Amino acid sequence: MADLLGNSKQELLLGNEAITRGLFEAGVKFASTYPGTPSSEVGNLLEELSERAGMYFEFSSNEKTAVEVSAAAASSGVRSFVFMKHVGLNVAADPLMTLAYAGVRAGMLVMSADDPSAHSSQNEQDNRYYATLALIPMVEPSTPQEAKDFVAAAYEVSEKLGLPVLYRTTTRVNHARGIVTFGKLRTDTPLKGHFEKDDPHFVNIPAFAIHNRVRLLEKNKQALALSETSPLNRVEGSSDVGIITSGVSYNYVKEYVAGVSILKLGFTNPVPEQKTADFIRGKKFVIVVEELEPYLEDQVLRICAQHNLNVPVHGKRDGVLPREWEFSPDTMRRLKDLVAIKPAPVPMPKASVTLPGRPPSLCAGCPHRGMYAAVKKAVDKTPVVYCSDIGCYTLGVQPPFRTADFIICMGGGAGAAGGFAQVTDQKPIAFIGDSTFFHSGVPPLTNALFNHHNIIMVILDNRTTAMTGHQPNPGTGRHFGGVNTEAVDIAGIVKGLGVQFIRTVNPYDVKNCVAVMKDALVFDGVAVVISKCPCPLLLRKEKRLEKKTCVVDKDKCIKCYTCLKMIACPALIKRPDGTVETDPTQCIGCGMCASVCPKEAIGVRQ
Amino acid sequence: MKYSVQIVGVGGQGVLLASMVLGNAAMRAGHKVMMSEVHGMAQRGGSVLSTLRFGDEVYSPLEATGGADLIMGFEPVETVRSLPLGHRESTVLMNLDPVFPAMVAAGNEPYPDVDGLVAAVKKENDHLMTIKATEIAVQAGKAVAANAVMIGAVAAAKGFPLDKGLLKQVLLETVPPKFKDLNAKAFDLGYTAMRDKS
Repeated sequence: MADLLGNSKQELLLGNEAITRGLFEAGVKFASTYPGTPSSEVGNLLEELSERAGMYFEFSSNEKTAVEVSAAAASSGVRSFVFMKHVGLNVAADPLMTLAYAGVRAGMLVMSADDPSAHSSQNEQDNRYYATLALIPMVEPSTPQEAKDFVAAAYEVSEKLGLPVLYRTTTRVNHARGIVTFGKLRTDTPLKGHFEKDDPHFVNIPAFAIHNRVRLLEKNKQALALSETSPLNRVEGSSDVGIITSGVSYNYVKEYVAGVSILKLGFTNPVPEQKTADFIRGKKFVIVVEELEPYLEDQVLRICAQHNLNVPVHGKRDGVLPREWEFSPDTMRRLKDLVAIKPAPVPMPKASVTLPGRPPSLCAGCPHRGMYAAVKKAVDKTPVVYCSDIGCYTLGVQPPFRTADFIICMGGGAGAAGGFAQVTDQKPIAFIGDSTFFHSGVPPLTNALFNHHNIIMVILDNRTTAMTGHQPNPGTGRHFGGVNTEAVDIAGIVKGLGVQFIRTVNPYDVKNCVAVMKDALVFDGVAVVISKCPCPLLLRKEKRLEKKTCVVDKDKCIKCYTCLKMIACPALIKRPDGTVETDPTQCIGCGMCASVCPKEAIGVRQ
Repeated sequence: MKYSVQIVGVGGQGVLLASMVLGNAAMRAGHKVMMSEVHGMAQRGGSVLSTLRFGDEVYSPLEATGGADLIMGFEPVETVRSLPLGHRESTVLMNLDPVFPAMVAAGNEPYPDVDGLVAAVKKENDHLMTIKATEIAVQAGKAVAANAVMIGAVAAAKGFPLDKGLLKQVLLETVPPKFKDLNAKAFDLGYTAMRDKS
């Protein structure tokens, strides 16, 4: 892999690697995040590189805190970078809105990695509106090269205005890979600062806030002036047909649409009004090409109205382009009646053979399998609502588990459980991960205690933030960047809140988990079951996974398939003759299948 | 010149590593390169796709449906699933060794007959190349080297624009030092197997 602190001339970088290099070239000395795809790789890289880069980096307990720590750094004169996935910015919206009022002293970027098509997300919200809502400038790169280069440019904007800047990317920018030419590493920015007290700016009581709002609006006028002359906004080619675009969409236009002039916007809040009006004037028509909402298009329509430009605007409002899902070269064909589109060969048809599906699923030996199997067994016919949350355990939605009936957001399952407990006769069981518990699980648990909601919270503590690539969390303690901390104890927190029913179980011992869940189901009040077992992928990564495997004794096996029905581990294979075997390339010898076998036909071999 | 490769397979098969090797080789050969990778949820045992496009002038990280010059299929079902990514004249490289999806392993769904899958590709495509990459990798020393076998096989594919020596060199620079010999052997076996067929 490329050395992001090295002196190569160019490297083939993932967008997120390019952004990380961009931080080093911009002299960023403080960074914080809560992991979320498609932004996660930046955190993993900084975990590895921040100490060598001479910067501070942390995984914060949630996005709100991540924004707050970075805000303090920037207010003390240290360049800071806070990054998250799009829905993370919902959590962090509260500090962001008023941070804009306060302003910052050193540059601060807030990266929102949006996920059109919701590849790894619960929605495909368009976070560009956060820039207009918070009244902060926004920068959008299109390629890995720009993803790096625009970082330093955005810090210049941030420091000129004294405002945080929204650095908005999408999956196909974060996870695109392209050739990136390196610049110089910046070494003259401070790692430490001093907070100069200034109440009218930083103390947003009503008397000061109303004036800060006026100042923020003034800064937005300056931001508009910067946007008008910014090199991040440029015109390419000349034609009487114009395309206005930003982000990854630019690449599709550039390669698949011919004979147009392009207004390529990289500084997208405020949109440069004069530059846009000048571009549109005299055109036969313009097309606005952008993913998700008509964010640019509505502003283009407004600019046309204000500048008396009678030029037709095509895009989402007239239905030419879709609002849903990410764009691709195929999307450009929707423009074929308006402009010349590069032809593509006729695709092969879908094969007529019936193909088995291959949805993502819980891994072989995943401890969540054991806990889900136990919960299902204990619940049996009891009416329940499975409130789930955001993490690997959402995959419990699939058969045979079907242990996810309600998923909306981080911590949302636990919160909703209280409501279900109040209005239904179904027992709510809220699954939540260890990292998610620290992120937003404590307030809803407190709420359930406070209001006497009869819920069960099952904390699936796999000792890591697994889905996003095994980041540490408060429950693991921190051991990187020269900082070592003790693990925060989940059971201790739960006990401290006042929960009366607390059990910690090993999910590989399915039988015991069934018994504990039966007790939890009849308990009157809030019950918490902590399923504690490290993620096998993490153990493998850290070379801590013991060499064990499960073996089925064919003489003892009565082909009842209890193992397949309850655990459904991908390492269990049912052969065409009906015999069950384990796949030694996948099996980790966790013994979950052995634990449920009624005939003790499965053994664990060292 | 412009060339595009769609690499399809299952999470954990080394699709990302293969796309990195091909991409870096393309860059060293002086091409512009744009790629798109799957990270996140789909990596949990789901179908994965990496797109690699290189040439004189490339901007898009994604390829148009039907636009692939080469489909590099690490798994038979995934290869057949991805046929619409290419066209009749695309080259299709197909590993014949299956990876069973969870529902197949549990006996709830059948895995299609591999000969039938091969026939399904041949019906729509005139340039199918098949290889038993996992079997060859085991010969080379370890099943995990199947992706090196596939990269070797691609080097022997007709019309593939990147040089064999360069591909092998980049592969060996990419893998951990202790697996160099294994990967070199797997690459060579993959190359030879494909060359002898075409």
